[in-house]
Amino acid sequence: MKNFEYAVPRTEAEALGLLSREWGETEILAGGTDLVGLMKKMIVTPDRVVNIKEIPTLRGVSETADGILIGAVTPLDEVLDSPLLDDFPAVKQAIRGISSIQLQAQGTIGGELCQRPQCWYYRNGGGLLADRGKLVASGDNRYHAIFNNSGPAKFVHPSRLAPALIALGAAVRVIGPKQDQESLVPLAEFYRVPRDDNQRETVLAPSQLVTHVYVPWLNLHSATYEVRHGEGPDYPLAAAAAALEISGGVVREARIVLGHVAPTPLVSGDARNALVGRSVDANTAESAGAAAVAHATPLSHNGYKAQLAKTAVKRAILLAAGLETGGF
Amino acid sequence: MADMNWPKQGTAAVLGATPDRIDGIAKATGAAKYTYDITPDKMLLARALGCPHGHCQITAIDVSPALQVPGVVAARALKNVGAQVNWEGDLVAVVVGETEGAVAEGLKEIKFAFNPLDVWVDDSDLAGAEKAGRTQGAGDNTKLDNKDIKKPEEQDAEFKRLLDECKKDGAVVEGEYGIHVITHMCLEPHGSTCEWEGDKLTAHLSTQNVSGTAGQFATPLQIAATDVTVHCDYVGGGFGSKFGADSWGVVCAQLAKETGRPVKLMLDRDLELKNAGTRPSGFIQVKIGANKEGVVQVWDSKHWGTSGIQGGPVTQGVIPYVFDPPNRRRKSIGINTNAAGARAWRAPNHPQACAITQVAYDDIARALGIDSYDVFLRNLPTVTNNKAEVYKAEMEIAAKLMDWRKKWHPHGKGPAKGSVVTGLGMAIHTWGGAPHSSTCTVKIHPDGAVETFLGSQDLGTGTRTVIAMVVAETLGLPVDAISVNIGSSKYPTSGSSGGSTTVGGVSESNRRGATDALNLLLAKVAPKLDAQPEDLEAVKGRIQVKGNTAKGLSWKEACGLLGMTPIEVQGNFQRGVTQTNLSSNGVAGVQMAEVAVDRETGVVKMLKFVAVQDMGLIINRKLAASQIYGAVIMGIAAALYEERIMDPTTGKFLNAELADYKLPRLGDTGQIVVELYEPESEYNRGVVGLGEPPVIAPPAAIANAVCNALGVRVGTLPMTPKRVLDAIAKAK
Amino acid sequence: MKDQEHQNGKSGFNRRDFLRGSGAAAAATALATAPQLAFAQAADDKKVVRDQTTITLNVNGGDHKVIVEPRTTLLEAIRYQLKLTGAKPVSPDGVAGAATVLVDGKAMNADTLLALECAGKKVRTVESLGGEKPDAVPAAFVHNDAQQCGFCTPGFVVAVRAFLNAHPQATEAEIRHGLNGNICRCGTYANVIQAAMEVVKGGSK
Repeated sequence: MKNFEYAVPRTEAEALGLLSREWGETEILAGGTDLVGLMKKMIVTPDRVVNIKEIPTLRGVSETADGILIGAVTPLDEVLDSPLLDDFPAVKQAIRGISSIQLQAQGTIGGELCQRPQCWYYRNGGGLLADRGKLVASGDNRYHAIFNNSGPAKFVHPSRLAPALIALGAAVRVIGPKQDQESLVPLAEFYRVPRDDNQRETVLAPSQLVTHVYVPWLNLHSATYEVRHGEGPDYPLAAAAAALEISGGVVREARIVLGHVAPTPLVSGDARNALVGRSVDANTAESAGAAAVAHATPLSHNGYKAQLAKTAVKRAILLAAGLETGGF
Repeated sequence: MADMNWPKQGTAAVLGATPDRIDGIAKATGAAKYTYDITPDKMLLARALGCPHGHCQITAIDVSPALQVPGVVAARALKNVGAQVNWEGDLVAVVVGETEGAVAEGLKEIKFAFNPLDVWVDDSDLAGAEKAGRTQGAGDNTKLDNKDIKKPEEQDAEFKRLLDECKKDGAVVEGEYGIHVITHMCLEPHGSTCEWEGDKLTAHLSTQNVSGTAGQFATPLQIAATDVTVHCDYVGGGFGSKFGADSWGVVCAQLAKETGRPVKLMLDRDLELKNAGTRPSGFIQVKIGANKEGVVQVWDSKHWGTSGIQGGPVTQGVIPYVFDPPNRRRKSIGINTNAAGARAWRAPNHPQACAITQVAYDDIARALGIDSYDVFLRNLPTVTNNKAEVYKAEMEIAAKLMDWRKKWHPHGKGPAKGSVVTGLGMAIHTWGGAPHSSTCTVKIHPDGAVETFLGSQDLGTGTRTVIAMVVAETLGLPVDAISVNIGSSKYPTSGSSGGSTTVGGVSESNRRGATDALNLLLAKVAPKLDAQPEDLEAVKGRIQVKGNTAKGLSWKEACGLLGMTPIEVQGNFQRGVTQTNLSSNGVAGVQMAEVAVDRETGVVKMLKFVAVQDMGLIINRKLAASQIYGAVIMGIAAALYEERIMDPTTGKFLNAELADYKLPRLGDTGQIVVELYEPESEYNRGVVGLGEPPVIAPPAAIANAVCNALGVRVGTLPMTPKRVLDAIAKAK
Repeated sequence: MKDQEHQNGKSGFNRRDFLRGSGAAAAATALATAPQLAFAQAADDKKVVRDQTTITLNVNGGDHKVIVEPRTTLLEAIRYQLKLTGAKPVSPDGVAGAATVLVDGKAMNADTLLALECAGKKVRTVESLGGEKPDAVPAAFVHNDAQQCGFCTPGFVVAVRAFLNAHPQATEAEIRHGLNGNICRCGTYANVIQAAMEVVKGGSK
């Protein structure tokens, strides 16, 4: 690790005051499960690290008038154990998928949403986009994007909670850059595809900070289904979250979000359209899965991921509806 | 006189029991000190810089900027400008400093530049490798039942004829199979902590070769081997990769000398994988023909693979594996890749050979619609190790434990539960496991204390416990009465732990040493008991007239007769020289796997695994079972998860961190059933090594189970979801 | 009070707003108009640590002074200064679990925690489970031979301790799902399951 200044703000205002306007100069430390490893490998070399875990208002799960508010530094296991989130199974299933008690205890929900791509070209020092995507395109891309991969970014977004939260209509509260600035960003609009190595994967500015995740109470049936090679903290090969509004046995509205298939979590309008107005059964779920991947554009080694994403969508829908998913 | 031979089966006091590891609690509570844990005062930390490109010529290398970093104490380049580097991660420089952070920053400051050269890392693509000029013949061997056919073109015709005959009556399968390179992935990386006292070096080395590494430091350091002490109380994994001092071990010693302070240099995780141990890959094209009973008549194969920059494949001598049909032709080709040289990996050559050939035998079963069990059974007469009867007996036990006959279904014809299908597969293996040479010093002190010394090591097999049990058995004492000293090159020489040789080796030397020591003691005690030494025995903490508890002395009283001088005896066993009834070599082993496969995701899940294993006489049943459990899990890793993945352009080892290098976790291993096969016939053979054999068959057994489930062969291992789905898609 | 309000969800958080996407618009505007923030703003703030500093770590029930830099990990501090080498460095990213320690009772990877973060917290290492009368978990590991080379074992022992503290009546299925944060290369998983089950059932007798 390069040495750095270590700062421990106690308030949001202090935190904002410590963040630089330039990317790379400051990094925000929450659980550290991703950041510390990146700093050790000198992939990330900040001049200052701002530990936001000591800001009391950023921790905990609480109920609001119309939803649930989760502080950004709330550990994942506390989110998992919170009865307030019992009606959001998609979130809990996603956390359970990270089957490491260490990562669940140490990792935070804010950090989970803001972690950096797992792309092995990036992690091997090739830059975020790995020579503007060329290394990925000509190299081993078995775990890379099958959607939105025509530009230089070909990694998949690593967050495992984002698909669930997006499906549930969650938003993040963002503060900064100015001391009194705050905004509520729908998580669906939080991620973006970087165009060069110095951009990041979210709409955040360097001096902004995610303080809370807000999950509205929309009375949705939700689920996350990850296709995982094996147990443990390793990332899924493809995942999907489904949130369904069902009445009278018919899907009135649906949000289907794919994970680990594109540089951002991917909301599938096609999958939604295949569901709305229909009843949920194996056939509609299957057709929604097929619709979700109909326009996939795999790279040289990851065509199989379309099948995985299709299955994940199908099973997330079935799981959300309380039906048999198939599989193990 | 005490009898050197092992007690008859069923009469031993300690052998075959299940005492806990004597060092178990030290290891489980962090008290055990591994090389990485040795932290002498004033110790400096060193780390190496790996070359970022797979094949290049160095155009600049300057470590002086690193020396400007606060906390950096020394730095040196390990290669010169103009030198060619043949793999990514090859060590090019080292930085020494006060803290991990300072060293990391120092490494970042090193100026290193290179001209890239052509990279070749694809070992599965034979045609491409040939085109790139990266192949070399590695031998071929032909055997025909009709020995009169000698000319190559006549042999070609004969193979064609034999295959055609099989096609008519039986079945011919043309298959392509493969298994990728994997790493040793020792959780404690290679490295050492070196400290000097004047001109004498103590190297705390993470090694499976305590007695054999002092000289490897001495020669390059130009000091006498007598001035080097290699010390290793505990080693965090070796699996065949830790026999050497290694270049970085020598550099560590040099830097300790240069800085005048102890230096620790352990490889980073990624450099560990890039430099310190891989297993060669194996890919094969085979035509196999069998009669209608499934008995293989003809085998004709070409296989290739890489051992890295040297380019050696799996040795052709083990193709096909264990079975040797009457007509057999095998050709091997090495592929030279930009990767560090492979190292011996637990049962060198065998797991790959098993994984790429016993799948073809199973495909014969599939082609004929015969139960795989019967195909294996019917081919047992052709096994190369004269153990057909042992295999048969073990197959019967395994089948019962697996409930094979009830569960088996023709390939691809089992019941499906939604997208999930299940299947069974089996494979068999063999290994030598003769003991290594070993010398020990056994001391019996006048106060009754007993200790033994030898320059051995514990790779995880429980060496200390085995030694204590053997000495305890011999002296009629409890296991905890024996003080075991291993881990120093200053102790009597004992072999390196490789090839399943340690338990046999240390048992040989300690049984011999302890018996001789006991006989000296019996000679002292005999007059006191008015008996002849040969009438005495050591049992239950007493020296007594055989069978007569009334006529004897307690162990302590007996030892008190020694006066002031302990008994000290050397136990000596020289492999190939010493005549012995205590040990032997050669084992069989049968394994069966039951898997579930999700056809929609390609994910394979282990349901059950049965391993039946002979190993001659079993010293400690608990430790023996652990070896098998562990080997099976390592085999599951190679079957379903792990492989080295390289970038074709830069030659980078892409998954050299554990976040990317897939290994099974606790929840991935299913139910594992271990059966130790030890009838009297096995017991009477004496000790045979166990470490390697059970790791051999799992990939083949699991591959066969997956094929049985799907009715589709997933040709290349590990069987990742991608490969399973690709195989299903291809079969459609 | 702003934070307080957000805790209560009375400001800015209602579904109409986010469903309209107004939040994103606000963020985008903020991006465009972000004023220059002086990086050195907090340079004199006492909450910023640079260079070496001496802190107190509470480890295994006792306070220990250690000299750390901001970049010093907890693992480095306990291994090299407190000579508590039970937690092992296996991978820089914490996915192996070999450096597992308890921080305020929860299992965490000491190799991805900064030492500075742990000041004021109660750290327990595997060594605290040893001594004259070892804890039931390491005892069960020994009894079930849930170790071979042993390098992963201390981390595994701590993870099992943490898991069973939280789930004292865990079933085998829960154990199989709950203990996947640790990697063992020798393949002791089957024995670890047995060991954990033995602890659930009351330990080795």
